[in-house]
Amino acid sequence: MAQFIADRLVGEFGTAVEQVSDDCGDLTVWIARDRVHDVLAFCKHDDKLVFNFCMDVTAVDYKPLGGAPRFAVVYHLYSLTTGKRVRIKVGVPEEDPVVDTAVDVWKAADWFEREVYDMFGIRFEGHPNMKRILCHQDFQGHPLRKDYPADLRWRNLRPDGLADEIAPEEMDRIRSRIRHRLSH
Amino acid sequence: MGLSPEPTDQSVFTTALDKMVSWARSGSLWPLPFGTACCAIEFMSVVSSHYDLARFGAEVVRFSPRQSDLMIVAGTVTDKQAPVLKLIYEQMCEPKWVISMGVCASSGGFYRAYHVLQGIDEVVPVDIYVPGCPPTPEGLIYAIIKLQEKIQRGAPSRYQEIQRASEADAVLEPAGA
Repeated sequence: MAQFIADRLVGEFGTAVEQVSDDCGDLTVWIARDRVHDVLAFCKHDDKLVFNFCMDVTAVDYKPLGGAPRFAVVYHLYSLTTGKRVRIKVGVPEEDPVVDTAVDVWKAADWFEREVYDMFGIRFEGHPNMKRILCHQDFQGHPLRKDYPADLRWRNLRPDGLADEIAPEEMDRIRSRIRHRLSH
Repeated sequence: MGLSPEPTDQSVFTTALDKMVSWARSGSLWPLPFGTACCAIEFMSVVSSHYDLARFGAEVVRFSPRQSDLMIVAGTVTDKQAPVLKLIYEQMCEPKWVISMGVCASSGGFYRAYHVLQGIDEVVPVDIYVPGCPPTPEGLIYAIIKLQEKIQRGAPSRYQEIQRASEADAVLEPAGA
């Protein structure tokens, strides 16, 4: 089955599939960065693959190993229909850390991509809300990069530290409710 | 405190008002749990039937800071959460006390990292630190007994100490000096 998935991707995308490896049934497919959105959309919508579940989007910093590209963005896909998995990897260079978003393919990619941006500083082109999700908004740098000092902290003493996760119109509703209560 | 000199009426005590108030306060602590991690599970154990914090006069756990005078911070507090902790603390009625439960709240614990307060005393004044990861229920009960002793002595809370120190500073160094 792993061979079938690999063949199908190679058949569809040819040289955009850079490398295929299959360790003990864990299929990993490296994809050229400019085709990754097409590949992901194909993985989901192809009626033989049907990878309808985006389990995780994460990244790796290969700086200690040297070589290029420095980063890899990793997509873990699962098919609820066929019960198969695939791991899609995309090399991302340090000097231009941008990848096309997958939010329009799977909505679930939204927060995963924000996490990758927060931790590794890799931006996702076309993401609807590309900002930090785990660290506070005063944070500088990207802590899972290997050259980030592990205990370097940035103070966050803003009183509305979590309110920025609330949609502006919802925040307005909350404020008016509080004002209403205070005036009675 | 002293017994009434009247031998017929030994149920009457005489005392100073402050002592009476301190004694009453120490036996009617209303804890507010700020539970963020596994320490909060131990806290639940302490207030449940087996360890039963009610035996020590601190059983009325409130989830509103405006009804509590003892905040028990049980767990890791991240930099992102620090303003929330401070906001909740500031809403509590005075006099108020804080117990820092477990090493994460006390010093950051093993989170010597980019995202965790290295002790909640960066943000709020702490009266009692409880070591352990997590502390045993006995450990937290011991901390509460220690706090009750402190209150009965009439000692100022850490919050009051800091306030008085800053007032003294203001007298010693007037603004603009």
